Amino acid sequence: MFTEEHDMIRDTVRKIIERDINPYVEEWEKEGHFPAHQVMKLFGDAGLLGLKYSEEYGGADLDYTYCVAMAEELGEIACGGVPLAVGVQTDMCTPALARFGSDELREQYLRPSLTGEMVGCIGVSESSAGSDVASIKTTARRDGDDWVINGEKMWITNGYQADWMCCLVNTSDDKPHKNKSLILIPMDAKGVDRSRKLDKLGMRSSDTAQIFFDNVRVPAGNLIGQQGWGFFYQMLQFQEERLWGAANMIRGLENAVSETIEYTRGRSAFGKSILDNQVVHYRLAELSTEIEALRALTYRATELYVKGQDVTRLASMAKLKAGRLGREVADSCLQYWGGMGFMWEAKIARLYRDVRLASIGGGADEIMLGIICKMDGTLPKRKKGGA
Amino acid sequence: MKILVAIKRVIDPDARIRLNADSSGVEEESVEYKVNPFCENAIEEALVLQGAHGGEVVLVTVGPEDVTQTIRSGLAMGADRAIRIEGVDTELDSDLVARILHKVVERESPNVILLGKQAVDGDNNQVGQLLAQYMGASQACFASEVVLEGEQAKVTREVDGGLETISIPLPAVITADLRLNEPRYASLPGIMKAKRKPIDVLTLDELGVTDTALKIEVLSLELPPERQAGSMVESVDDLLDKLKNEARVL
Repeated sequence: MFTEEHDMIRDTVRKIIERDINPYVEEWEKEGHFPAHQVMKLFGDAGLLGLKYSEEYGGADLDYTYCVAMAEELGEIACGGVPLAVGVQTDMCTPALARFGSDELREQYLRPSLTGEMVGCIGVSESSAGSDVASIKTTARRDGDDWVINGEKMWITNGYQADWMCCLVNTSDDKPHKNKSLILIPMDAKGVDRSRKLDKLGMRSSDTAQIFFDNVRVPAGNLIGQQGWGFFYQMLQFQEERLWGAANMIRGLENAVSETIEYTRGRSAFGKSILDNQVVHYRLAELSTEIEALRALTYRATELYVKGQDVTRLASMAKLKAGRLGREVADSCLQYWGGMGFMWEAKIARLYRDVRLASIGGGADEIMLGIICKMDGTLPKRKKGGA
Repeated sequence: MKILVAIKRVIDPDARIRLNADSSGVEEESVEYKVNPFCENAIEEALVLQGAHGGEVVLVTVGPEDVTQTIRSGLAMGADRAIRIEGVDTELDSDLVARILHKVVERESPNVILLGKQAVDGDNNQVGQLLAQYMGASQACFASEVVLEGEQAKVTREVDGGLETISIPLPAVITADLRLNEPRYASLPGIMKAKRKPIDVLTLDELGVTDTALKIEVLSLELPPERQAGSMVESVDDLLDKLKNEARVL
């Protein structure tokens, strides 16, 4: 599945991380902020933000295996917040714009987002609607040549620094799956209030915002694709998002295991190294095996996906497993770091905090389980009129 | 302006290396290779000089077919074409490589020959100097700045006492030190273009290298001793005592 070109892309991603990102991660984590435009430009200059997008707008027209290779290498970043921001840019806020946006909209927002001059964010979740996407409350109504947007978005990655948002809104009173549209909102528009940067358990360096819209006016042409198709467009990109999430988890976990091996090899207790206890080296071998299994599942799903198959089931499984395994690896490794691992600044403690999001964001574990059950035919049928 | 850059692949310097069973060499099963870091500085400098003076950047390396990947990463940085000389790592030493490169120089007639000052595997630091000798050309090793002025190269060298700036006539051999520049990343368009750039393959016979005898024979290799575990001291006095009487550094 991977070629020499994939290897070279991986190499470039790693070099960018080693030279221009990881030396600053401590500082960014402490500040609760990273320079999104600067980091995005690093990848944009190397031509890495538009791997799968059309050459017409500065992309490279490559298949999704390249995106998975890049997502995997981004796992080398010594925190979860920065790779997440890049993933939002490449695979979460741009897909609908690239596929269904008008030429003008793509010229104005997609092109500069692929060069890294602009930072985008995706506005789906709200305080009262996370995984249950259908129940969002934000509205957009037509007024002359404008859309007028009112409502609120929550847990928006890149939200504090973004130049634009791909925002899911209700544009009619039709059924919840048929009344939604995606509208591109420039974040400097009047009435956009992003006063609150959220204080989170993990992903500390990622700027996550709660954003309010008070009669925000955007031109009618900022509608992405067709009115009423927003929910569908959002669903369309879930396979890729999930594969991205799974691939992005692998390297961080591998590094955690190998750093734990190094640490426990060098630290002794009761007359031998921690690593020499069978419970420790066996457990770490077990975890390495599981990580390889996650990689195999992710690669298999990717391979079938680029062959044109629907991999909703496999991609959901990969995302589920990534979230679950991330928690398991971080918890087990932290245990062997003992008191050192309990320190806030410890890298393993950061991983412990950061991976927790993987089981929540982008569709919680329980949503993945529901999807897998539905496809396996084991989900009980809903009663009519029931919730 | 034609610039020839000789590059070498090395086993990933960050990886843990193991010796083979009879300690005659390094275990090469499942190791990852990278471009020698100093060679990346050499490629970068060639591309910078090409940017300023135009012309062509040609890469050359000696090795088996799988060094093609190393070559491609140099082409992805922006070099125009490459030459691979068939060879086996264990059948090469600095002197033979220098004699091979000399033949390549005769074929290509470059104005500047750039190399890394040394490879981080053997750390021999010999090929550039030997090549200049075989060519009868000037050399400027450990370069931290290179300026081309007509038929001269003004090179700032990092020497023990500080910096030395010399002017040498072209064609000349220049070897790159780490502070010469910051090698660029291979960009995605560069990576995609690299696939279509030509790599000529030559055997030693075709090149006209008949004497392949080595001047260096490796008897055996050994790993550096394992680091001893540290210990905690109770007080500064204890520390001073240990430094004086155990480590004998005070």
